[in-house]
Amino acid sequence: MPIEVISAGIMTTIQDLGRPGFYHLGIPMGGAMDRFALRTANLLVGNDEGAAGLESAFLGPELEFTEDATVAVCGAELPPRIDGEQMPTWTALGVRKGQVVSFDFLESGARAYIAVSGGIDTPPALGSRSTYPIGALGGVDGRAVQPGDSLPLGAASGTARPGKSVPDALRRLPGSSAELRVLPGLYWHRITEGAQQGFFDDTWMVANEADRMGYRFKGGRQLEFVPREQPYSAGSNPSNITDACYPYGSIQVPNGTEPIVLHRDAVSGGGYFMLGTVVSADMDLIGQLQPNTPTRFARVAMDVALAARRDRSAMLDRIRETTA
Amino acid sequence: MSRFTFGGDEHIFVEVDEAMSLEAFFTSLSMTNAVRAAGIDGVTEICPANASFQIKFDPDRIHPHALMDRLRLLEEEAGNAEAKLDTRIIEVPVFYQDPWTHETLMRFRERHQDPEGTDLEFAARINGYETVEAFIEAHAGAPWFVSMVGFVSGLPFLYQMVDRSRQIQVPKYLRPRTDTPKQTVGYGGSFSCIYSVRGAGGYQMFGITPMTIYDPRQEVPYLKDFMVFFRPGDIVKWRPIGRTEYDRIIEDMQAGRFEPRMRYVVFSLDDFNADLDGTNARLMEALYAD
Repeated sequence: MPIEVISAGIMTTIQDLGRPGFYHLGIPMGGAMDRFALRTANLLVGNDEGAAGLESAFLGPELEFTEDATVAVCGAELPPRIDGEQMPTWTALGVRKGQVVSFDFLESGARAYIAVSGGIDTPPALGSRSTYPIGALGGVDGRAVQPGDSLPLGAASGTARPGKSVPDALRRLPGSSAELRVLPGLYWHRITEGAQQGFFDDTWMVANEADRMGYRFKGGRQLEFVPREQPYSAGSNPSNITDACYPYGSIQVPNGTEPIVLHRDAVSGGGYFMLGTVVSADMDLIGQLQPNTPTRFARVAMDVALAARRDRSAMLDRIRETTA
Repeated sequence: MSRFTFGGDEHIFVEVDEAMSLEAFFTSLSMTNAVRAAGIDGVTEICPANASFQIKFDPDRIHPHALMDRLRLLEEEAGNAEAKLDTRIIEVPVFYQDPWTHETLMRFRERHQDPEGTDLEFAARINGYETVEAFIEAHAGAPWFVSMVGFVSGLPFLYQMVDRSRQIQVPKYLRPRTDTPKQTVGYGGSFSCIYSVRGAGGYQMFGITPMTIYDPRQEVPYLKDFMVFFRPGDIVKWRPIGRTEYDRIIEDMQAGRFEPRMRYVVFSLDDFNADLDGTNARLMEALYAD
């Protein structure tokens, strides 16, 4: 039985944990920008962690339920209402047939994850329901959710217990400023030592061009390049390279001006040098940054990146225990 | 020797050469084939590019340094492999100077190096061709290697199979366009491309192909098995067509009747380097033999 979409917010898409395996053909893995939040929301409503839910950026949708269900909203602080009554985030909420779920204005973060018991059951494309609008894959006919859509639900597990919530200590909320840990590499050698230092010293601001493909940052100093004769086919700008693959989380700086961190819907390659890569443990956080958030990049080594990854994984284990 | 570097804790990036060449492409392709054949646990994506490649892995299953060591060993083995490729040669019809890319390029003239002309006029002039027609003849004359598939959904980058002195080189737009028609045949640096979907782009626009190369609904008969047509290593021959034939192919596409002309060939880099024109002529014979 479906959920009827009354309004869709600014950008609400169906997302799960993505479709790895096709990046070599320019099809990115996609999936929830904040995977931790989607997994948590799914656990609260008794779903598999990878079930498809809604990712709403900045403004929530309005949804009418045509059957009883359990709902949870995690990630950004986007407080839900059920038939107008205010409800908590990070909590399993019982919704009855005919009720409408709506949202207050965003209080913090950027993307809320709305999980529904049974999961959204639109047809998968290449093994995932995640919406990739550029390639017209997943979601509803390959696009974002629109008013008038009916979103089918899968069979609920029956294990959801409305009222269950995630303890405050385990909620991951973005602060008023952010730090992203970066492993220098890739074409790091293309910029001068001064520029390398400056990149980490400066405070950058999230620019308005911040979406599922990538996050742009502005306000830091222009990067200076090590002079060289440009290699054949690389293009004339010193920030150009022979077109190559782009890692998820890699930081390209076209013309040395504004860094762009590629995210889940990344373009798979292109001709800009990259100075390093945001560690995997901090990728979720990027999806919660609002434009104009002051951001510092922190230089780390591989052992720190791996330790951070283990910490994230341990935190998710605790969520699994508390929601079991 | 290739340069190995980490892209965070989930990627290893290997630059075979800073500059593009068919040698660098072949090395990259054979190394990615070797990685695939090795079946290393924890490797999740293998992405060949023009003169480099990228491996994505799960660091919970294989330590980044352990994988780096494995890849360095594979480089030695791949280095001994013969640069030979079982591949496909495909004819791609192109309507050069079509009305749709023309309309688009006129809309974005202020972002172009030569606001007074067209993309083709600019490309012809800076490459020393007297006329646009002579330039099109050069673009469509020799075959092209698909050296990378990516950027977005199934978009092929192609590298011209002539020696460097004869290669076309054109800079990208000064500022990227926000629009490019689907299936535009473009050019940037020393690469041609086919835009698989409508969207932003910085490559010069030369024409358009009526041939679908990306079909997420998989309704096109030759894309039933997989929605993306091109693979790295494919060889492409452009065939200039006019409006009448363009319209006819579009009609055939829509009726599910169109099948691209395609033959299987073995390509040897050594043979090619020994005799470029002869090798290309034999490729054309294979494509048009029947």
